Amino acid sequence: MSALLSIRDLSVDFALGSWLDIGARRQLNILSGISLDLVPGETLGLVGESGSGKTTLARAILGLQKLSGGTIQFEGAPLASPSDFARVRRRTAMMFQDAVSSLSPRMAVGEAVTEPFAIHREALADRRQTARDLLAEVGLRPEIASRFPHELSGGQARRVGVARALALRPALVIADEPTAGLDVSVQAEILNLMADLKDRLSLSYLIITHNLALVRHVADRIAVLYLGRLVETGPSEKIFARPAHPYTRSLIAAEPIPDPRRRRADLAIKGEIPSILRRPGGCVFHTRCPIAKDRCKTETPAPRREGAHQVNCHFADI
Amino acid sequence: MTGAVLQIEGLKLDYAVPGGRLHALRHVSLSIKKGEVLGIAGESGCGKSTLAAAMIGLTGANARQSAGTIRLGGQDMASLSEDDRRRLRGRKIAMVFQDPMTAFNPVLTIGGQLTDFQHNIEGLGRAEKRARAQAMLSRVGLSDPALIMGRYPHELSGGMRQRAAIAAALLLQPEVLIADEPTTALDVTMEAQIIHLFRELRDDYDGAMVIVTHHLGVIAELCDRVAIMYAGEVVEEGPVDAIYHGARHPYTRALMACDPAMIEGRTARLPTIGGALPDLRSPPPGCAFAPRCPLATDRCRAEAPPDVQLTAGHRALCHEVRP
Repeated sequence: MSALLSIRDLSVDFALGSWLDIGARRQLNILSGISLDLVPGETLGLVGESGSGKTTLARAILGLQKLSGGTIQFEGAPLASPSDFARVRRRTAMMFQDAVSSLSPRMAVGEAVTEPFAIHREALADRRQTARDLLAEVGLRPEIASRFPHELSGGQARRVGVARALALRPALVIADEPTAGLDVSVQAEILNLMADLKDRLSLSYLIITHNLALVRHVADRIAVLYLGRLVETGPSEKIFARPAHPYTRSLIAAEPIPDPRRRRADLAIKGEIPSILRRPGGCVFHTRCPIAKDRCKTETPAPRREGAHQVNCHFADI
Repeated sequence: MTGAVLQIEGLKLDYAVPGGRLHALRHVSLSIKKGEVLGIAGESGCGKSTLAAAMIGLTGANARQSAGTIRLGGQDMASLSEDDRRRLRGRKIAMVFQDPMTAFNPVLTIGGQLTDFQHNIEGLGRAEKRARAQAMLSRVGLSDPALIMGRYPHELSGGMRQRAAIAAALLLQPEVLIADEPTTALDVTMEAQIIHLFRELRDDYDGAMVIVTHHLGVIAELCDRVAIMYAGEVVEEGPVDAIYHGARHPYTRALMACDPAMIEGRTARLPTIGGALPDLRSPPPGCAFAPRCPLATDRCRAEAPPDVQLTAGHRALCHEVRP
């Protein structure tokens, strides 16, 4: 199947320093060598610790972050000019991490969910009815339309975020930590709702999260980022059953197990993710890697593939 | 119970809110022994943070304790003056919060604050207090404690700040350490390290610990006993093994069923609980979970459920469970 989204060798740099030293601006590399595909109907989980570049990648896809290298193709056409990115934003919706603060506090829910029509200058015959239909789609009663964000519970605000994301019938939904801050029972409701809507509206999802317990159930494929580099991608069942990269293995092992009979005695990973200002040379993970050798300090590992599974490590068994 | 360092009996606490009083804790009894780690779990609004705040006597101006007692080392907290209670904090009972950024003063160094926290200790000079602070930072696993002493809170990462907050809480060797969602703001690798630290600390610190969290994995990794809360009550309490492998209360069972980490294999649809929490401004006369409970009968809706002792140390608040 042809890809809905195809990212090749993408890199993003941020300018360092103040605007006064325009002549000699240093660049800080954030993302580099990112290649990913997303086919229609697929859910891709993008995982990694804070500061790994997950959100920057999502922003780059939406044209909210300038690329310093590489290409993005969306629905078969390359994205280069601002009008290309306007097209992506029409066909892609974003669900933000903090559902309440991503809604305008002065805008009633009914207005918020239909605002995308105004933004993209789409005709809207009956705004009230459309708002009611969108709210019904996400399991909210029509009275919610006249409420304001501060009157909503966390779960309701999430549902409003989903309704707004679906207003223009996007092909791709980018969900940044879609259930952060929710209780497990509400989290399950939101994930089930997202799964139902995916089937009904044939959506694709890019789910950004650091919640591995969740991504294991919802994602078809997983991409693991570490300090702005892709370290492993592959089918989620395979990655959870047999993670190849030592970082992926440590991440999975670090997740607390809800079973007192299977307490872990030792620590899977020590230390903290280094600052992106001091990204290690060679393999970016070598400073925390349990199997690192001298070669890892100097030589960047090339991707190794087996079928759909790819790992960037000198020594991992794939 | 003998040997309890903290004992709560029949505690009822409500908040003044628009439209009446919100009954946040509706008859809570719990006790914690020396050297024990108790987990308190439940979803938002179940009262777990209110309970933690009540334990340390920091519930806020709109809160009112309408019944019950909280005894710390045998002493009724309500009988003490605010000054006396303040003197107990730190020395007898201390707390670690979810966001360690707010626990520290942003304009003072970590070392200065850790030294000032010891102002109640008599017969110790400032240099000695600084040395104790530095030793404690080293004890919680901060690799360069001398450097950390001179740092401001914003200069530390979230994980380092949480370690420093734990150091601050343990500085006066309290008998009870309460941690309210101590790993919730952290990445999973840092969470694992903080859990590991708590485990190490329990080995050489003989006080009791209370871990309040919504994360069932954290409790399984760390606690001896767990109390599951719902709508202001402890609905089930017992040793972690008994609860994780033989939960009896329908709410505990439902809560565990919808945690994605509890589900082996992959599933496209997760179990849910359905329904919503009751309005705690007017709690129902019967069991608060009855409207969402698959086993509920007319009696559950009409009568408050009994506290059923199932096995030694395992109890559930339910009409439908039998010992």
